[in-house]
Amino acid sequence: MLSAQNFGESGKMKEYHYAGPTEHRFSPYAFNGGTVLAVAGEDFAIVASDTRLSEGYSIHSRDSPKCYKLTDTTVLGCSGFHGDCLTLTKIIDARLKMYKHSNNKTMTSGAIAAMLSTILYSRRFFPYYVYNIIGGLDEQGKGAVYSFDPVGSYQRDTYKAGGSASAMLQPLLDNQIGFKNMEGVEHVPLTKDKAVQLVKDVFVSAAERDVYTGDALRICIVTKEGIEEQNIPLRKD
Amino acid sequence: MALQDLCNLQHILLESEAAEQSPGRFGEKAASSYESGLHSSSLLDFYIPVAECLDESPIEFGQIRPDQSSCSISSESSPLPSLPFVSSQPVPLPFPMAHGTTTLAFVFQGGVLAAADTRSSCSGLVACPASQKILPIHSHLVGTTSGTSADCALWKRILSRELRLYQLRNGRRLSTSGAAKLLSHMLHPFKGTELCVAATLCGWDDHSGSRRAAQGQKTDLEAVSSDKVSLSKSSFLTQQPCARKEASLSGPSLFYVCSDGSRLQGTLFSVGSGSPYAYSILDQGVQWGLTVAEATSIAREAVYRATYRDAYSGNCVDIYHVTSQGWTRRTREDLKEEYYREKESRRQTHEAEKKML
Repeated sequence: MLSAQNFGESGKMKEYHYAGPTEHRFSPYAFNGGTVLAVAGEDFAIVASDTRLSEGYSIHSRDSPKCYKLTDTTVLGCSGFHGDCLTLTKIIDARLKMYKHSNNKTMTSGAIAAMLSTILYSRRFFPYYVYNIIGGLDEQGKGAVYSFDPVGSYQRDTYKAGGSASAMLQPLLDNQIGFKNMEGVEHVPLTKDKAVQLVKDVFVSAAERDVYTGDALRICIVTKEGIEEQNIPLRKD
Repeated sequence: MALQDLCNLQHILLESEAAEQSPGRFGEKAASSYESGLHSSSLLDFYIPVAECLDESPIEFGQIRPDQSSCSISSESSPLPSLPFVSSQPVPLPFPMAHGTTTLAFVFQGGVLAAADTRSSCSGLVACPASQKILPIHSHLVGTTSGTSADCALWKRILSRELRLYQLRNGRRLSTSGAAKLLSHMLHPFKGTELCVAATLCGWDDHSGSRRAAQGQKTDLEAVSSDKVSLSKSSFLTQQPCARKEASLSGPSLFYVCSDGSRLQGTLFSVGSGSPYAYSILDQGVQWGLTVAEATSIAREAVYRATYRDAYSGNCVDIYHVTSQGWTRRTREDLKEEYYREKESRRQTHEAEKKML
């Protein structure tokens, strides 16, 4: 992404030109790409992610979805550094089991969100490089989306995009779901089918313009009947 | 919860939770989120981080587990919720943190007013246009947050927990000054790290009940359970020398706490990238004798002007008002409308002037 950090003092892009002497250190992080999106409706929640795993100029895998089913009512989408995603999901699974055994009930979406916040913050000075979005149903059966930053700050939203194409998708969602910057438009609540269609269209756009997004789209639809999964192919180039 | 039933703790906490805690705190009971703290033997422990260079913690309140120091270094991924473990070598981060804001707070005759914008930015991208920068800590204390939003949210949560424990142990609420000192001391071990918290604590202190309890005249529970300052004043009059001192200890109170170690008391603070713009509006209007409506409108105007000029502030404005009855929140207002209203009124005055020429 074009930001001031990519440019050195002489105004040239750091990755392609010599921008002065730099020190190279081993970096424990890598960026594996991928985009995650979640939308909450009246009685459903949708978590969708692409399935491309890339690093630099290479694609490691075309079938690495980033949605992880946590409970019957909660799905977690994480993108960023794949190593941290795997470890984080393992830790969350373990904590869910511990909670189930000591409290004899499944964790609710809100409780999972609060727990994830503390797990992420416990690594404040060597963070998990993961952008998390939780989608699920709350205790009243309404759709809930919780979005996180890598160090644990979170809040409940109606929709959120995270990952490499998030800057492209979020404005589109603001306009189509939040009806922002539209005058004289009736605010219709989102139905499940319309939401699924919107998610598909939005990912097709993301795959057009973001090199790290593509290959296939995995959608998890959470309703009180359970979690339904759909796979849709995207651009493979 | 099974273990809580065994320990008979749940109903005690629930009763006082219902009386004390204000709504809207992350949507869940604070007690249940720290489940391991409730049913481990270390119920009253306060988890502390141990940097490798320290053998013992500088924090002395509460009971500190003696084996914490050896535990925390070896079990970095320990399942217990602990405060962050400081690694010896800072790792360069590949992502930016959320920064940039305008928050302000001031004291006036009607209590304390706190206002903030709602934009959360991450080096050029607006990460969240509707974030909450003013977090209620308990019924009579509200904190504005500035700096890294994750740090502020988590430390506020830790502060709420500690204030609640203080209240349970001592039977009275800790004053704003004490809460500020607590927060400042909790942040001190992290001085020099990249933790960034700049908060103002706005609260209403009520010391009349506790003083009289110390003199053995009434029980402490009254001060804890009621939000009212409705205790009889008869004992005040008999204690003339300390009456004036008591009066200054109760009432509205405002403190600024920063992660670099500052802790300042004041009557007006503005924090964040938009604070210079907010200060200019506040300095010309804020005085002790304002009415609530006037104070609200000055705070709103200050945040609006700051969002107008500062790129990292924007979207909506949140206003909280703390009085002796507790805090109240004004509905969030989108400043986009204000911008159009002002543009329209400027256009009209411009046309009126043109007509007069």
